[in-house]
Amino acid sequence: MIALLYRDLQLAFRAGGGFGLGLAFFLIVVVLVPFAVGPQSELLARIAPGVLWIGALLACLLSLDRVLALDWEDGSLDLLATAPLPLEAIVTMKSCAHWITTALPLVVISPLLGVLLHLPGGGYLWLVISLLLGTPALSVIGTFGAALTVGLKRGGLLLSLLVLPLYVPTLIFGAEVARRGAAGLAVETPLLMLAGISAASLAVLPFASAAVLRINLR
Amino acid sequence: MSFWEYANPRKFLTTSERVLPLVWGLAAITTLVGLVWGFFFTPDDFRMGSTVKIIFLHVPSALMAINAWFMMLLASIIWIVRRHHVSALAAKAAAPVGAIMTVIALVTGAIWGQPMWGTWWEWDPRLTSFLVLFLFYLGYIALWEAIEDPDTAADLTSILCLVGSVFAVLSRYAVLFWNQGLHQGASLSLDKEENIADVFSNPLYVCMVGFALLFLALVLYRTGTEIRLRRMKALIARERLEG
Repeated sequence: MIALLYRDLQLAFRAGGGFGLGLAFFLIVVVLVPFAVGPQSELLARIAPGVLWIGALLACLLSLDRVLALDWEDGSLDLLATAPLPLEAIVTMKSCAHWITTALPLVVISPLLGVLLHLPGGGYLWLVISLLLGTPALSVIGTFGAALTVGLKRGGLLLSLLVLPLYVPTLIFGAEVARRGAAGLAVETPLLMLAGISAASLAVLPFASAAVLRINLR
Repeated sequence: MSFWEYANPRKFLTTSERVLPLVWGLAAITTLVGLVWGFFFTPDDFRMGSTVKIIFLHVPSALMAINAWFMMLLASIIWIVRRHHVSALAAKAAAPVGAIMTVIALVTGAIWGQPMWGTWWEWDPRLTSFLVLFLFYLGYIALWEAIEDPDTAADLTSILCLVGSVFAVLSRYAVLFWNQGLHQGASLSLDKEENIADVFSNPLYVCMVGFALLFLALVLYRTGTEIRLRRMKALIARERLEG
């Protein structure tokens, strides 16, 4: 398992392109927002948590088709499926690799982009915490979507149509935590719900993804 | 005589063909009676005026929009557990009907909301979760369309339906948390003291039965079409092999 994770990470770092692309996309989305809504700092401060969450979510979505598609194309997914490791574990490791290469950098630079959007001082901590807790769910759900569409020629658009509705609860609670944190309100309830969604997705969805992958590899 | 007999496509087709005219007829009669009764033979509400009458389209379609998803979920589980092709095709046939019901509920709600709430659209929990439900329908239909091999498509969509159901319920409660509502509570329920007046509820019940029958007729009909389509493809494939 560790070897597989290590391999995926190495591929992501060395193959280039994919790794920095999500970050660049996140940056561009956040930069474009003030152009669209105007530069008033109090307005930006109010929408900053939501914009940062949407940006992170879209950046996650953008990199999903790389989670499984490359391995599908060169046939290494078939090899992995016949490996002694259960497919559930492989899928979990794929999600982990996606999380580390895509979501974790987003979490790390999100405070920096928060500065650009005049995020209120108390919001930084909760923004990072909410992204840290919520992005695993995004990665796991996204892997499920990627497994569904892996055999399709033009799966990209379909992938977003399938995955985005599944992202709704995570987005609601995650953005709520960040919003309440920025406004200085109590964040406990949405934070617990967010953590619950992440934990439940992590526990259950790999089985669904593996089942889907088995069907696709049949 | 067991329910599973209808898993045989031929048995399903012959029976549904015999039942369909009856269901179509009953659906047409009850829907028409309910709507005419509701539109022309109920008094205007003292606060809402005649706009109250859109309830006779709005509530039944919303009801069927949710129940259609339940039916798909049930059919998907049957497909996963017992591998009856008719079940998978019934789920496929129900999806567009459910999506249209969702649209009807949303549109009639908007038409009613404009004079009553002063807005076409409000990010109210019920409205929002219906919109999300519509997105789920779209994703489900799109996945069916995208995959060529019918068995793979049936497997993948049924798993999507299972996972989607969980997330749809989750979204329902998430949006409840996210925004307080403008939409009124249920106006019909079995355990409440105060329901809407009988003048309105009686035609409403008729409309609900009518929509349920209409849904049944549409799903039976569309499932039959899907079965024939499947047969036709098999015939064409066989012909190609021989020729």
